[in-house]
Amino acid sequence: MDTTAQRQDVDVVHAVKEACLAAAITFGVLLPLIGFETVSNIDNKLVLHTRWGLLFSIVAIVGVGRLLMALVIAPRLAQRRVRPVTPAATAAATWLSVIGRWFGPFAVGFAIVYPILVVSLGGFSSALKWVDNFGIQILIYVMLGWGLNIVVGLAGLLDLGYVAFYAVGAYSYALLAKNFGFSFWILLPLAGILSSFWGILLGFPVLRLRGDYLAIVTLAFGEIIRIVLINFVDLTNGYAGIGGIPRPSFFGIPFTAGDDGFAAVFGLEFTPVYRTIFLYYLILALAFLTAFVTVRLRRLPVGRAWEALREDEIACRSLGINTTNTKLTAFAIGAMFGGFAGSFFAARQGFISPESFTFLESATVLSIVVLGGMGSQIGVAIAAALFIGGTEIMRDLDFLKQIFGPSFDPTQYRMLLFGFGMVIIMVFRPRGLISTRSPSIFLKERKTISSDLVKEGHG
Amino acid sequence: MAGRGEPLLKVEHLTMRFGGLVAVDNLSWQARERDITALIGPNGAGKTTVFNCITGFYKPTEGRIALRHGDPAIWDELESLTDRGKRHLTAATGSLFQLERMPDYLVTQQARVARTFQNIRLFAGMTVLENLMVAQHNSLMLASGYTLLGVLGIPSYGIAERAAIDVAREWLNRVGLIDRADDPAGDLPYGAQRRLEIARAMCTDPVLLCLDEPAAGLNPRESAELNELLLSIRDQFNLSILLIEHDMSVVMEISDHVIVLDYGVKISDGTPEEIRNDPKVIAAYLGVADEEVEKVEAEVGL
Amino acid sequence: MEVFLQQLINGITLGSIYGLIAIGYTMVFGIIGMVNFAHGDVFMVSVFIALIAFLLVTAWLGIASITVALLIVLIVAMLFTSLVNWVIERLAYRPLRGSFRLAPLISAIGMSIFLSNFVQVTQGPRNKAIQPIVRGEFILLDHNNYAVALSYKQLIIWGITAVLLAAFWYLVAKTRLGREQRACEQDQKMAALVGVNVDRTISMTFVIAAALAAVAGTMYLMYYGVVSFADGFVPGVKAFTAAVLGGIGSLPGAVIGGLLIGLIETFWSAYFTIDYKDVAAFSVLAITLIFLPQGLFGRPDVEKV
Repeated sequence: MDTTAQRQDVDVVHAVKEACLAAAITFGVLLPLIGFETVSNIDNKLVLHTRWGLLFSIVAIVGVGRLLMALVIAPRLAQRRVRPVTPAATAAATWLSVIGRWFGPFAVGFAIVYPILVVSLGGFSSALKWVDNFGIQILIYVMLGWGLNIVVGLAGLLDLGYVAFYAVGAYSYALLAKNFGFSFWILLPLAGILSSFWGILLGFPVLRLRGDYLAIVTLAFGEIIRIVLINFVDLTNGYAGIGGIPRPSFFGIPFTAGDDGFAAVFGLEFTPVYRTIFLYYLILALAFLTAFVTVRLRRLPVGRAWEALREDEIACRSLGINTTNTKLTAFAIGAMFGGFAGSFFAARQGFISPESFTFLESATVLSIVVLGGMGSQIGVAIAAALFIGGTEIMRDLDFLKQIFGPSFDPTQYRMLLFGFGMVIIMVFRPRGLISTRSPSIFLKERKTISSDLVKEGHG
Repeated sequence: MAGRGEPLLKVEHLTMRFGGLVAVDNLSWQARERDITALIGPNGAGKTTVFNCITGFYKPTEGRIALRHGDPAIWDELESLTDRGKRHLTAATGSLFQLERMPDYLVTQQARVARTFQNIRLFAGMTVLENLMVAQHNSLMLASGYTLLGVLGIPSYGIAERAAIDVAREWLNRVGLIDRADDPAGDLPYGAQRRLEIARAMCTDPVLLCLDEPAAGLNPRESAELNELLLSIRDQFNLSILLIEHDMSVVMEISDHVIVLDYGVKISDGTPEEIRNDPKVIAAYLGVADEEVEKVEAEVGL
Repeated sequence: MEVFLQQLINGITLGSIYGLIAIGYTMVFGIIGMVNFAHGDVFMVSVFIALIAFLLVTAWLGIASITVALLIVLIVAMLFTSLVNWVIERLAYRPLRGSFRLAPLISAIGMSIFLSNFVQVTQGPRNKAIQPIVRGEFILLDHNNYAVALSYKQLIIWGITAVLLAAFWYLVAKTRLGREQRACEQDQKMAALVGVNVDRTISMTFVIAAALAAVAGTMYLMYYGVVSFADGFVPGVKAFTAAVLGGIGSLPGAVIGGLLIGLIETFWSAYFTIDYKDVAAFSVLAITLIFLPQGLFGRPDVEKV
């Protein structure tokens, strides 16, 4: 009894020490950048303003938080860890597996009825925001995520320049549609083919490099393409970008207010929402196509060879598999879906510029793939909804202004939280949301494979 | 009929240098058809390097490695193949391959040489069945119309896939892993992983199977089973086997022909009986200390 | 000839800055096999810290002597940047040690995004410019109205780089810490078994990397006099290119790689087109990795079968 009490005392002292240390470190780290602000004065010279209040509040929050962590949360966590598995926990586990089984079909169904749901609940006015900003935006990233998933998740090739293929698709559509007047339906496959051609062209020299090096070279290629887009003004119009890109039509019927427009032909009242809804279903169909092809490919020899390549490249070669071709196929097919998504992006925006194809886009798509759990399609879709939906929601949290004052701009914090989220997710769930692998074929029963056994690529 | 005793593989003047280090020095030997040929020697003698040269993972610095399919008479064409600088030559009754000229995957795909690895290289995150399916990649690739037709879902791919599953099932029965077919390969115990790796190599339909220390880490019962397995597949598939092994019980019991390497040089070549009586082998292979020689003499049953 | 000489001087100056950042990449890669993607942004943070320290020292403390001011700024920047990088390693990389190989890379990318946006939020998105700190130059050559000048600030950069590289070389080659670092590079488990504190050694590696980045940052501030939150990415990639070109893992390689990249960039800008100067650096990176993946001074990578 005595000893436990004594230990408790020691723990409190220890916790206070820890908290003080954490507060001191926080103070040191934040002192320059939060304690001081560089501001230009009237003479346009930089002067320093101080923000002691903000600095000390953060330091206090960290200190108190560390104290609570050590005294309250950590012991509880430790207790939970020793407690045996309760019936409730087992019940929850079965529940989760039921949810897991039905989640896929449910998500597909929800995606299909989503625009109808939005319009019937909120009318046409809310459709622009919820279908366009949310639905279409998320689906573009779902599609990009699934495309990159082939390269990174299945074949285990780390690609940090995926945005290059997105850009090739977008610029192919924009330039060919504007200059030659080809329709969206001709240019969509053409953009995919051009992108996969670039994928092969870029992939050929670099695919023998190992993991990290491959990542950096693909990053370099992505940046080179962006810099060329900026500086090749005659073709791409540089920073100013390309505007007035033709919008897709409903199989020849344009979404305009005129007599031959979509609304008039079908006897409806004109509203731009029809186009938005059409675009939504278009990207949904493209995303489903990606998913369908990927599922098929996983069952084909090439898909199994990709996964085998991720597991052990040397063993693949000893089995007579041409690893260069196998990698190139993964690169080309991944690039093709990136190209599809790019041409859709150009058609939906009507305007593109190199600003849309920065390294940040590649990083976003890659984090979606990794966060989703490499190779898992449902995981990637959930991750895209979380990341993109989350950052879109950050755009209109106006109520935060009432808390932090009118100068508070939530959009500024979007990317800050995005980066922070990437770190946190990696620290707590390095294998992603769905970390099991489902075998492509089975003899008696399909057993999922724990991520501890699955490799993440060669190198 | 191509009889036993005719050479299947000829290694001639093989030399492999890594920078200044000579791993294999002017090595020549032959492996006969349907023989189990063992390559033995102390650690660092260059055995695995020879394997890597045969299977195309290393390009030898010098030398020729030739393999024959079909009629032994085709050997007469070897010089003309070498002179023409081609990789292989096909005639009505057989073909010849110059393995040192071929990239690793073609050695398996065209010359039909399969191998296993000293430190087992299974696809740990894929199931046992998937491992065997990957091994049948090239035939399935053809059946899937190089992916294009497969994506469209042609029925002939389904038929080919079922046939491939049958092949896999047969191998799983043979190596006693049929009950673990849907488990990840990385979950198997060590001995089972060794057997699976052999089954996977066999699924590529080889004429020559190269095994790099297949008995390493096996217990005596498991290595006895391995002996049986190797003899039975040799007899059933008319296969030739090349073996690197330290376990003398395996080497002496099943091999027809033994080659002894030391420091990259061949020091002996003959039947197991000849090898076990060769004092040069005992001295070089086992070191010169007398008590060690006695110990190993006891082990090999001298 | 005059243009060439001038570009040589400018290129060596720029290359010194890249070289100092490159050491950070090469050291971290050497010890934990990770491309520390956030290192460019750590460099950018160090420029801001140096900027704030400079304003503090000159405007608030009123220290008039440029030499004393620069010295204080340098030390302050090194200290605080090291602390920042130490915390980053503790929070974002250490929990991932021994995990899935991609995880630290993704974490570093996240950290890079976080750092640049953190600076944007706390210091504002605009370029921060200060008056030139050091003025004056030596005219080395005056010919056909083209003067080849070596400015005092370039001279200071060369001098500081040389002194710090010497100190750094001593640290790595002659001290216990350097020995422990090399042991961890070879085999962390074995190093731990013979009594090396692996965690502490890795932490110290990040601290040294940050200190050198801060030196580069202070000199960057003095040289260009302007910085923005987005200035971490491109110097970061170029310094990484330098590390790869020199052979990643090799310390002299990083310095020589940095000088080469600096020279390539200035000569490219002078003789070809400045629009594509970043393309030049990226192309060098790609070409090096494809044709010379072990770099100039790296060990060749023999595939183990």
